[in-house]
Amino acid sequence: MSAISPGISNGRKFHASRDVLPEGLRHYLPLFLAAAVLILLWYLLTSKFRILPLPFFPGPDQILRAMWLDRAMLGLSTLYSLRLLAYGYLAGTAAGVITGVAMGWFKQGEYWLQPVLRLLGPIPAVAWIPIAMVVFPTSFQASIFLLALSAWFPVSVLTWSGVAGVSKAYLDVARTLGAGEWVLLRRVVLPAALPSIFVGLFMSLGVSFATLIVAEMLGVKAGLGWYLQWAQGWAEYDRVYGALLIMAIIFSTLLTVIFRFRDRFLVWQRGLIKW
Amino acid sequence: MVNNGKGDILLQDVTKVFSHNGQELCALHGIDLEVPAGSFISLLGPSGCGKSTLLRLLAGLETPTSGSLYVDGEQVQGPHYKRGLVFQDPTLFPWLTVEGNIGFGPTARGEQLSKETVSEYLAMTGLLNFREMFPYQLSGGMAQRAALGRVLINRPVVLLLDEPLGALDAFTRMQMQDELYQIWRSQHTTVILVTHDVDEAIYLSQRVAILTPPPAKVQKIIDIELGYPRARDHPDFFRLRNHILSILHLNRAETGDLSYTI
Repeated sequence: MSAISPGISNGRKFHASRDVLPEGLRHYLPLFLAAAVLILLWYLLTSKFRILPLPFFPGPDQILRAMWLDRAMLGLSTLYSLRLLAYGYLAGTAAGVITGVAMGWFKQGEYWLQPVLRLLGPIPAVAWIPIAMVVFPTSFQASIFLLALSAWFPVSVLTWSGVAGVSKAYLDVARTLGAGEWVLLRRVVLPAALPSIFVGLFMSLGVSFATLIVAEMLGVKAGLGWYLQWAQGWAEYDRVYGALLIMAIIFSTLLTVIFRFRDRFLVWQRGLIKW
Repeated sequence: MVNNGKGDILLQDVTKVFSHNGQELCALHGIDLEVPAGSFISLLGPSGCGKSTLLRLLAGLETPTSGSLYVDGEQVQGPHYKRGLVFQDPTLFPWLTVEGNIGFGPTARGEQLSKETVSEYLAMTGLLNFREMFPYQLSGGMAQRAALGRVLINRPVVLLLDEPLGALDAFTRMQMQDELYQIWRSQHTTVILVTHDVDEAIYLSQRVAILTPPPAKVQKIIDIELGYPRARDHPDFFRLRNHILSILHLNRAETGDLSYTI
C-alpha cells in the first residue's frame, strides 16, 4: 500500500463519499443510514421473527400495506384534517397575536386579559367539548374552535412577551423621529416582537396537531384524528401507525414552510440568533 | 418652533431629581444655559447621568422636576423630530436596511420620501454603497453614521449628540469628528455635544460647558477662540486643554470622589 496515495490499494480505487454524492445527500447520509438500520431492526423484531407481539407491534411492511389498502380513506382524511388545521391554526394564531399585543402594549389590556390567560391556559381541549357543542351551530365550527383555542395560548404568551420586551431604546428613537403611537406599534413594536411571535407559531403548530384528535371527536366525516380513533377502536395498530406517519410528515412539512416564512421575514436576524 | 425656528435654546433653572427605591438622586440642579441658534457647544463633565439626562430633557424624553427648557421660545413638551438625538449606541432598527433606517423618520410621519433624498443622506454619511445592508452587517463607525443620517434627514434645527463617538476606535473617532464638523457647517443646526473627550470638545465646539458631578450645575463656560477648521497641534489647543483639565481635576479634588473619571 502506498502511503502517498492511500486511496489506492491493491490496484482497486476507493472513492471518498465526497466524490460520489452531492452535498445535501452527503450531509444527511449518517441520518439515512441510522434510519435504515432502525427500520431493519424493527422489521427483524416484528415481521421476521415476531419477537414483539401483535397487534401492538406491526412490522414496517404491514404498516405500508395497511396504508396502501386504505389509501383512498387516508387521502380524504388528510385533506379534511388539513382544512380543519388551516382554519383552526390561522384563527388561533391571529387571535393570539391580537391578544398578545393587547396585553403587551396596553395597560388595560394586560389588566383584563392576564387572568383570562391564566384561567384558560391549563384547561385541556377535551374539557371544552360540551361548551363548544352548545355554542356553535355545527360540529365543524366547534372543531375549529377547539383547535383555535389550543393554538391561541402559546401565541398569546409569546407575543405578549415579545411586545412587552421591546427595547425602550427603540421606542425612544422612534418617538424622537416623530412617530405617533399607532405608527410605533406597527413599525417598531411588531417587527421587534416578530422573533418571539415566530417561536409562538412553532409551538402552537405542535399543540394544534395534538388537539386534532380531540377536535375530530366531535363528529367529522373524515380526518386523520378521526381515522386514528376508529382504527384504535378496532386495535388495528398498523392503520394507527400509518396515520401517525402521515401526521408526522405533514407536521414536518408545515414546520419547514414556517421556517421558510421566518427566513424571509427575519432575514435581519441571521447575524444574531441561530435556530 | 416647529418648522420656522432656527434653534435657539434656553434652559432656565432646570432641575431633575430621580427617585429609585425610595432614594432620591438629584442629577441636575438649577441648570441655566443659553445656546444661540446655529452654534456648537460641548457639555463636558465627570461620568454620571447628568449630561445625558440634560440631553434627554431637551429631546423631550423626560420632563424636568422643575425649571423649563425652551427651543425658539417654545417650551419643550415632548419628543419632536426637529430636535434630533443621536445616542451613544446607534440603536438602528435591526429589521430595516441602512436605507430603511435612514428613511424611517419621514416614513413614520407619513411624508413623501423620494429615493433621491435618501440617497442624498446616504452620500452625506458615506454609506451609499451600503444601503442594502442590515445593521448586523455594519461596523461600529458605519452604524453610527447611519444613526446620524437617520436624524439628519429630518432637517433638525437642534442636533443633540450623546457621546456618539464614545464606542469607536480612536482612528474612526477622529475621522468622524471631521465629518461631524462638515455636517454642522452644511446643515446649520445648533449642536449640543455631550462628550468625555476633552480633545473632542475643543476640536469641534465654539464653547465648552463644564458640569459638576451630580447634583450638576454649569460650573464654567469656556470660549474656544480658535478658527475653523482646527488643527489638533495648535499651541492654543494645548493651553485650553490644560485649562479645562485643571478645572475638571479641581472638581475631583474638591468632592474627594475618585470614582469619577474623565
